[in-house]
Amino acid sequence: MCLAIPGRILDVRDDEPILRNGRVDFGGIIKQVSLACVPEARVGQYVLVHAGLAINIVDETEAQRVFDYIETIGELRELEPEAT
Amino acid sequence: MKFIDEYRDGISARKLADAIRRITTRPHALMEVCGGQTHSIARFGIDTIIPPEITLIHGPGCPVCVTPIRLIDAAVDIAARRDVIFCSFGDMLRVPGSRKDLLTVKAEGGDVRIVYAPLDAVTLARKNSGKQVVFFAVGFETTAPANAIAVHYASERQVRNFSVLVSHVLVPPALEAILSAPDNRVQGILAAGHVCAVMGCEEYIPIARKYRVPIVVTGFEPVDILQGVYSCVKQLEEGRADVENQYKRSVQEHGNRAAQELIRRVFTVVPREWRGIGEIPRSGLGLTEAYRDFDAERRFAVTASADGDPGECIAGLILRGVRKPNECPAFTTRCTPERPLGAPMVSSEGACAAYYRFRRLDGEARPQLADSTPCPQLN
Ligand code: SF4
Repeated sequence: MCLAIPGRILDVRDDEPILRNGRVDFGGIIKQVSLACVPEARVGQYVLVHAGLAINIVDETEAQRVFDYIETIGELRELEPEAT
Repeated sequence: MKFIDEYRDGISARKLADAIRRITTRPHALMEVCGGQTHSIARFGIDTIIPPEITLIHGPGCPVCVTPIRLIDAAVDIAARRDVIFCSFGDMLRVPGSRKDLLTVKAEGGDVRIVYAPLDAVTLARKNSGKQVVFFAVGFETTAPANAIAVHYASERQVRNFSVLVSHVLVPPALEAILSAPDNRVQGILAAGHVCAVMGCEEYIPIARKYRVPIVVTGFEPVDILQGVYSCVKQLEEGRADVENQYKRSVQEHGNRAAQELIRRVFTVVPREWRGIGEIPRSGLGLTEAYRDFDAERRFAVTASADGDPGECIAGLILRGVRKPNECPAFTTRCTPERPLGAPMVSSEGACAAYYRFRRLDGEARPQLADSTPCPQLN
């Protein structure tokens, strides 16, 4: 139930803050999503959606850092005595 | 899908598993809090690629599983009324109450509907002004803003035929209950990423300090979970007990302020009974005074009786991580997803359902790292 999935905002309608919503593309499946809790989210950004509500914007820079981190711990291995 | 597929990459997963192996010198027991994480672990066989010294204990993070029987009974009573359209997330329909489940009410002619978003239930209420539309508002902090916005919107628009049956629970008090239990084995925690996307990481700092456990806020894909395990084991090996955030792409330290504001406006902290665990003080959310008119328990005056005998089901031990599903005598024999004896076998986040789908009878994994069936939320 705490599943939340990332999708790309296709458009935004915000006549009223509480009804701020838009269409979000989840890999080809398009859904209407409430954007009331991500007032700063813009078209083209990815949001994390749970139960029809975007609960956060996905930070693309941080998303990449995970893989940089994996490379770092891979490289640390080369520095370790048993790996040389 | 972007932000999902790359976190299922086998090469990155193996690199992390290697790194975990290199830093592990002794046994550690880690609890993954969220049932979504449990399902990832079972589905991708994550516990089979980490060193055997590390035990993953499955946590209480399955809202369907912890909803008390008396609330299922209240839902059943309300849903059976002729003037009611009862709306719920799909998972709740097959959870057994003391007499029957919501699916049975539906089969008997009750108007029980599955909705994807709580706001959809408000729309339904506006379209059916002659009916009472009730939404079963269950969930952890992740779901609280979606439920709060539905109630707030109904209040703003004066949708008087809408109400919610609330069974909201909070993660930090449950963690404290687990960590302070005499039979606790948990040494490190992988906190539930999406709960923290809403609430942030700060409320875990006092828990990490008090119980001397590292807490790593962790995502749901294999690479996330393995990175969470790595950070947690590293802290344990170094003798640290800090709060770290593995899931930075979706979680900020302070969480989502707009969502928290909504929760605070609509809900207030209350004691809650957890199925199989018992009452935990300040462990849930109920409607604030200003929104009490939307409380289905009040509107329909459902009687709150205490939870009865759970029978053979040992869900309480499963939810506290004391037992694994395959250690329950009823598992796969008298209890299956078709004929569940308890909620953990029903919910898509329940540990028993995860073992049933992805495990052999002895609990051993059938690894499925290539598996990428679409996310159930989209269907
Ligand atoms: S296998 Fe069934 S009876 Fe046993 S704990 Fe799980 S849900 Fe309960």
